[in-house]
Amino acid sequence: MWKFIHKFASPKYFYNISGKILPPLGWVTLALFIVGLVGALFLSPPDYQQGESVRILYIHVPAAMLSMSCYVAMAITAAIGLIWRIKLADIVAWAIAPIGMTMTIIALITGSVWGKPMWGTYWVWDARLTSELILLFLYLGFIALQTAIEDTRSAARASAILALVGLVNIPIIKYSVNWWNTLHQPATISKMGKPSIDASMLWPLLIMIAAYMCYFAWITLKRSRCELIYRERNSSWVKKMVKEAS
Amino acid sequence: MKEFFAMGGYGFYVWLSYAVALGGLLALYLMTRGCESRVKRQLEKRLRLEQRRKSRDTTS
Repeated sequence: MWKFIHKFASPKYFYNISGKILPPLGWVTLALFIVGLVGALFLSPPDYQQGESVRILYIHVPAAMLSMSCYVAMAITAAIGLIWRIKLADIVAWAIAPIGMTMTIIALITGSVWGKPMWGTYWVWDARLTSELILLFLYLGFIALQTAIEDTRSAARASAILALVGLVNIPIIKYSVNWWNTLHQPATISKMGKPSIDASMLWPLLIMIAAYMCYFAWITLKRSRCELIYRERNSSWVKKMVKEAS
Repeated sequence: MKEFFAMGGYGFYVWLSYAVALGGLLALYLMTRGCESRVKRQLEKRLRLEQRRKSRDTTS
Protein backbone atom coordinates (compact mmCIF):
# COMPACT_ATOMS: atom_id res chain seq x y z
CA MET A 1 0.00 0.00 0.00
CA TRP A 2 2.63 2.53 1.05
CA LYS A 3 4.88 1.42 -1.74
CA PHE A 4 2.06 2.09 -4.19
CA ILE A 5 1.53 5.61 -2.85
CA HIS A 6 5.20 6.43 -3.08
CA LYS A 7 5.34 5.08 -6.60
CA PHE A 8 2.38 7.24 -7.58
CA ALA A 9 3.89 10.29 -5.91
CA SER A 10 7.03 9.95 -8.03
CA PRO A 11 6.90 12.71 -10.68
CA LYS A 12 7.92 10.51 -13.59
CA TYR A 13 5.37 7.79 -12.81
CA PHE A 14 2.61 10.38 -12.39
CA TYR A 15 3.56 12.02 -15.68
CA ASN A 16 3.39 8.73 -17.59
CA ILE A 17 0.15 7.49 -16.02
CA SER A 18 -1.66 10.82 -16.40
CA GLY A 19 -0.54 10.96 -20.03
CA LYS A 20 -2.37 7.69 -20.63
CA ILE A 21 -5.51 8.76 -18.76
CA LEU A 22 -5.88 12.21 -20.36
CA PRO A 23 -7.06 11.42 -23.94
CA PRO A 24 -9.92 9.03 -23.03
CA LEU A 25 -10.91 11.27 -20.11
CA GLY A 26 -11.09 14.24 -22.48
CA TRP A 27 -13.41 12.45 -24.89
CA VAL A 28 -15.64 11.20 -22.07
CA THR A 29 -15.88 14.78 -20.77
CA LEU A 30 -16.84 16.13 -24.19
CA ALA A 31 -19.47 13.41 -24.69
CA LEU A 32 -20.97 14.07 -21.25
CA PHE A 33 -21.16 17.81 -21.94
CA ILE A 34 -22.90 17.27 -25.30
CA VAL A 35 -25.46 14.84 -23.85
CA GLY A 36 -25.92 16.98 -20.74
CA LEU A 37 -26.43 20.22 -22.67
CA VAL A 38 -28.90 18.62 -25.10
CA GLY A 39 -30.78 17.24 -22.09
CA ALA A 40 -30.68 20.55 -20.23
CA LEU A 41 -31.69 22.79 -23.16
CA PHE A 42 -33.97 20.61 -25.30
CA LEU A 43 -35.21 17.43 -23.65
CA SER A 44 -36.00 18.49 -20.08
CA PRO A 45 -39.38 20.14 -19.47
CA PRO A 46 -39.85 23.69 -18.13
CA ASP A 47 -40.56 23.85 -14.40
CA TYR A 48 -44.16 24.41 -13.30
CA GLN A 49 -43.06 27.29 -11.05
CA GLN A 50 -39.86 28.61 -12.61
CA GLY A 51 -40.71 28.08 -16.28
CA GLU A 52 -37.75 27.97 -18.66
CA SER A 53 -35.41 29.71 -16.19
CA VAL A 54 -34.99 26.34 -14.47
CA ARG A 55 -32.49 25.51 -17.25
CA ILE A 56 -29.96 27.77 -15.52
CA LEU A 57 -29.83 25.30 -12.64
CA TYR A 58 -28.30 22.58 -14.84
CA ILE A 59 -25.12 24.64 -15.07
CA HIS A 60 -25.41 26.37 -11.69
CA VAL A 61 -25.77 23.35 -9.39
CA PRO A 62 -22.71 21.43 -10.73
CA ALA A 63 -20.56 24.58 -10.52
CA ALA A 64 -21.67 25.22 -6.94
CA MET A 65 -20.98 21.59 -5.97
CA LEU A 66 -17.58 21.64 -7.63
CA SER A 67 -16.67 24.98 -6.01
CA MET A 68 -16.88 23.23 -2.65
CA SER A 69 -15.37 19.86 -3.56
CA CYS A 70 -12.49 21.57 -5.40
CA TYR A 71 -11.76 23.44 -2.19
CA VAL A 72 -11.77 20.24 -0.13
CA ALA A 73 -9.52 18.51 -2.70
CA MET A 74 -7.19 21.52 -2.73
CA ALA A 75 -7.00 21.63 1.09
CA ILE A 76 -6.37 17.88 1.35
CA THR A 77 -3.61 17.84 -1.26
CA ALA A 78 -2.08 20.97 0.25
CA ALA A 79 -2.14 19.29 3.68
CA ILE A 80 -0.47 16.16 2.26
CA GLY A 81 2.24 18.38 0.80
CA LEU A 82 2.59 20.18 4.12
CA ILE A 83 2.78 17.07 6.31
CA TRP A 84 4.61 14.51 4.16
CA ARG A 85 6.49 16.99 1.97
CA ILE A 86 5.32 15.38 -1.24
CA LYS A 87 6.09 17.82 -4.04
CA LEU A 88 3.46 16.34 -6.32
CA ALA A 89 0.74 17.14 -3.75
CA ASP A 90 1.81 20.80 -3.71
CA ILE A 91 1.61 20.89 -7.48
CA VAL A 92 -1.88 19.37 -7.58
CA ALA A 93 -3.11 21.89 -4.97
CA TRP A 94 -1.61 24.66 -7.11
CA ALA A 95 -3.39 23.24 -10.17
CA ILE A 96 -6.79 23.00 -8.49
CA ALA A 97 -6.93 26.56 -7.08
CA PRO A 98 -7.87 28.47 -10.29
CA ILE A 99 -10.30 25.71 -11.29
CA GLY A 100 -12.13 26.02 -7.98
CA MET A 101 -12.07 29.79 -8.30
CA THR A 102 -13.65 29.60 -11.76
CA MET A 103 -16.33 27.23 -10.46
CA THR A 104 -17.09 29.68 -7.63
CA ILE A 105 -17.36 32.60 -10.07
CA ILE A 106 -19.66 30.57 -12.36
CA ALA A 107 -21.81 29.54 -9.39
CA LEU A 108 -22.08 33.13 -8.11
CA ILE A 109 -22.86 34.72 -11.49
CA THR A 110 -25.30 32.09 -12.79
CA GLY A 111 -26.93 32.09 -9.35
CA SER A 112 -27.50 35.82 -9.36
CA VAL A 113 -28.66 35.81 -13.00
CA TRP A 114 -31.19 33.15 -11.99
CA GLY A 115 -32.09 35.12 -8.86
CA LYS A 116 -33.07 38.27 -10.75
CA PRO A 117 -36.22 36.86 -12.42
CA MET A 118 -36.96 34.38 -9.60
CA TRP A 119 -36.28 36.31 -6.40
CA GLY A 120 -36.46 39.79 -7.94
CA THR A 121 -32.87 40.67 -7.06
CA TYR A 122 -29.37 39.85 -8.29
CA TRP A 123 -27.90 39.73 -4.82
CA VAL A 124 -28.93 39.41 -1.19
CA TRP A 125 -26.63 39.07 1.80
CA ASP A 126 -28.06 35.75 2.84
CA ALA A 127 -25.94 33.03 4.47
CA ARG A 128 -25.50 30.81 1.40
CA LEU A 129 -24.52 33.65 -0.96
CA THR A 130 -22.25 35.36 1.56
CA SER A 131 -20.38 32.17 2.49
CA GLU A 132 -19.94 31.34 -1.21
CA LEU A 133 -18.47 34.82 -1.72
CA ILE A 134 -16.07 34.17 1.17
CA LEU A 135 -15.07 30.97 -0.65
CA LEU A 136 -14.11 33.09 -3.67
CA PHE A 137 -11.91 35.26 -1.42
CA LEU A 138 -10.28 32.14 0.04
CA TYR A 139 -9.35 30.95 -3.45
CA LEU A 140 -8.06 34.43 -4.30
CA GLY A 141 -6.02 34.48 -1.09
CA PHE A 142 -4.54 31.04 -1.84
CA ILE A 143 -3.52 32.06 -5.37
CA ALA A 144 -2.22 35.47 -4.23
CA LEU A 145 -0.07 33.86 -1.52
CA GLN A 146 1.42 31.41 -4.00
CA THR A 147 2.31 34.11 -6.50
CA ALA A 148 3.59 36.52 -3.83
CA ILE A 149 6.16 34.12 -2.33
CA GLU A 150 9.11 33.45 -4.61
CA ASP A 151 10.31 30.17 -3.10
CA THR A 152 7.90 27.37 -4.13
CA ARG A 153 8.41 25.36 -0.93
CA SER A 154 7.51 28.17 1.46
CA ALA A 155 4.75 29.39 -0.88
CA ALA A 156 3.18 25.93 -0.76
CA ARG A 157 3.53 25.78 3.03
CA ALA A 158 1.98 29.20 3.67
CA SER A 159 -0.91 28.67 1.28
CA ALA A 160 -1.57 25.17 2.67
CA ILE A 161 -2.13 26.69 6.12
CA LEU A 162 -4.51 29.24 4.62
CA ALA A 163 -6.39 26.47 2.78
CA LEU A 164 -6.72 24.42 5.99
CA VAL A 165 -7.99 27.38 8.02
CA GLY A 166 -10.49 28.21 5.28
CA LEU A 167 -11.85 24.68 5.39
CA VAL A 168 -14.23 25.82 8.19
CA ASN A 169 -16.18 27.70 5.54
CA ILE A 170 -17.17 24.54 3.64
CA PRO A 171 -19.68 23.12 6.17
CA ILE A 172 -21.00 26.65 6.64
CA ILE A 173 -21.79 26.87 2.91
CA LYS A 174 -23.21 23.35 2.81
CA TYR A 175 -25.51 23.63 5.81
CA SER A 176 -26.27 27.38 5.61
CA VAL A 177 -29.64 26.64 4.00
CA ASN A 178 -30.57 24.42 6.93
CA TRP A 179 -29.07 26.43 9.77
CA TRP A 180 -30.45 29.81 8.82
CA ASN A 181 -33.67 30.87 7.21
CA THR A 182 -32.22 31.88 3.87
CA LEU A 183 -33.65 32.99 0.56
CA HIS A 184 -31.62 30.27 -1.15
CA GLN A 185 -33.59 27.05 -1.41
CA PRO A 186 -32.34 23.77 0.12
CA ALA A 187 -30.42 21.15 -1.84
CA THR A 188 -31.85 20.12 -5.22
CA ILE A 189 -30.84 16.49 -4.80
CA SER A 190 -31.37 16.15 -1.08
CA LYS A 191 -32.38 12.58 -0.35
CA MET A 192 -30.15 9.91 -1.79
CA GLY A 193 -32.21 7.42 -3.76
CA LYS A 194 -35.38 9.48 -3.46
CA PRO A 195 -34.70 12.93 -4.94
CA SER A 196 -37.30 15.65 -4.77
CA ILE A 197 -37.14 16.40 -8.50
CA ASP A 198 -38.68 14.55 -11.41
CA ALA A 199 -36.65 11.99 -13.37
CA SER A 200 -36.92 14.05 -16.59
CA MET A 201 -35.03 16.87 -14.84
CA LEU A 202 -32.81 14.67 -12.70
CA TRP A 203 -30.95 12.86 -15.48
CA PRO A 204 -29.66 15.98 -17.31
CA LEU A 205 -28.58 17.40 -13.95
CA LEU A 206 -26.69 14.23 -13.00
CA ILE A 207 -24.99 14.10 -16.42
CA MET A 208 -23.99 17.75 -16.15
CA ILE A 209 -22.56 17.08 -12.67
CA ALA A 210 -20.57 14.15 -14.10
CA ALA A 211 -19.40 16.33 -17.01
CA TYR A 212 -18.19 19.09 -14.66
CA MET A 213 -16.40 16.50 -12.49
CA CYS A 214 -14.63 14.90 -15.46
CA TYR A 215 -13.68 18.33 -16.77
CA PHE A 216 -12.28 19.21 -13.34
CA ALA A 217 -10.21 15.99 -13.32
CA TRP A 218 -9.02 16.56 -16.88
CA ILE A 219 -7.91 20.16 -16.34
CA THR A 220 -6.34 19.28 -12.97
CA LEU A 221 -4.20 16.56 -14.59
CA LYS A 222 -3.23 18.78 -17.52
CA ARG A 223 -2.27 21.71 -15.28
CA SER A 224 -0.40 19.47 -12.83
CA ARG A 225 1.64 17.91 -15.64
CA CYS A 226 2.49 21.32 -17.01
CA GLU A 227 3.74 22.65 -13.69
CA LEU A 228 5.40 19.32 -12.87
CA ILE A 229 7.73 19.27 -15.87
CA TYR A 230 8.60 22.92 -15.22
CA ARG A 231 9.53 22.28 -11.59
CA GLU A 232 11.39 19.09 -12.57
CA ARG A 233 13.18 20.83 -15.44
CA ASN A 234 16.61 19.97 -14.04
CA SER A 235 15.93 16.27 -13.62
CA SER A 236 17.37 13.87 -16.15
CA TRP A 237 14.05 12.36 -17.31
CA VAL A 238 12.59 15.76 -18.24
CA LYS A 239 15.79 16.74 -20.05
CA LYS A 240 15.76 13.49 -21.95
CA MET A 241 12.10 13.95 -22.87
CA VAL A 242 12.68 17.50 -24.16
CA LYS A 243 15.65 16.32 -26.21
CA GLU A 244 13.63 13.52 -27.76
CA ALA A 245 10.67 15.76 -28.50
CA SER A 246 12.64 18.50 -30.25
CA MET B 1 -36.63 28.34 -33.31
CA LYS B 2 -37.42 31.87 -32.19
CA GLU B 3 -39.47 30.40 -29.41
CA PHE B 4 -36.51 28.32 -28.28
CA PHE B 5 -34.23 31.36 -28.01
CA ALA B 6 -36.91 33.34 -26.17
CA MET B 7 -36.99 30.67 -23.42
CA GLY B 8 -40.49 31.70 -22.35
CA GLY B 9 -39.38 35.27 -21.69
CA TYR B 10 -36.31 34.21 -19.69
CA GLY B 11 -34.04 34.17 -22.76
CA PHE B 12 -31.71 36.90 -21.54
CA TYR B 13 -31.12 35.24 -18.17
CA VAL B 14 -30.79 31.71 -19.53
CA TRP B 15 -28.36 32.58 -22.34
CA LEU B 16 -26.36 34.96 -20.17
CA SER B 17 -25.75 32.23 -17.58
CA TYR B 18 -24.90 29.63 -20.23
CA ALA B 19 -22.44 32.08 -21.78
CA VAL B 20 -20.84 32.76 -18.39
CA ALA B 21 -20.55 29.07 -17.51
CA LEU B 22 -19.20 27.88 -20.86
CA GLY B 23 -16.97 30.96 -21.10
CA GLY B 24 -15.52 30.20 -17.68
CA LEU B 25 -14.82 26.58 -18.58
CA LEU B 26 -13.28 27.65 -21.89
CA ALA B 27 -11.08 30.18 -20.09
CA LEU B 28 -9.70 27.38 -17.90
CA TYR B 29 -8.87 25.36 -21.01
CA LEU B 30 -7.13 28.29 -22.71
CA MET B 31 -5.17 29.03 -19.53
CA THR B 32 -3.98 25.41 -19.45
CA ARG B 33 -2.98 25.52 -23.11
CA GLY B 34 -1.10 28.76 -22.42
CA CYS B 35 0.79 27.09 -19.57
CA GLU B 36 1.67 24.12 -21.76
CA SER B 37 3.05 26.16 -24.65
CA ARG B 38 4.93 28.50 -22.28
CA VAL B 39 6.65 25.62 -20.48
CA LYS B 40 7.42 23.88 -23.77
CA ARG B 41 9.06 27.05 -25.11
CA GLN B 42 11.10 27.54 -21.94
CA LEU B 43 12.32 23.96 -21.83
CA GLU B 44 13.33 24.00 -25.49
CA LYS B 45 15.18 27.27 -24.96
CA ARG B 46 17.09 25.76 -22.04
CA LEU B 47 18.01 22.77 -24.18
CA ARG B 48 19.31 24.99 -27.00
CA LEU B 49 21.39 27.08 -24.57
CA GLU B 50 22.83 23.95 -23.01
CA GLN B 51 23.76 22.44 -26.37
CA ARG B 52 25.39 25.69 -27.52
CA ARG B 53 27.41 25.86 -24.31
CA LYS B 54 28.48 22.25 -24.71
CA SER B 55 29.64 22.69 -28.32
CA ARG B 56 31.55 25.84 -27.38
CA ASP B 57 33.34 23.99 -24.57
CA THR B 58 34.45 21.19 -26.85
CA THR B 59 35.69 23.43 -29.69
CA SER B 60 37.68 25.91 -27.59
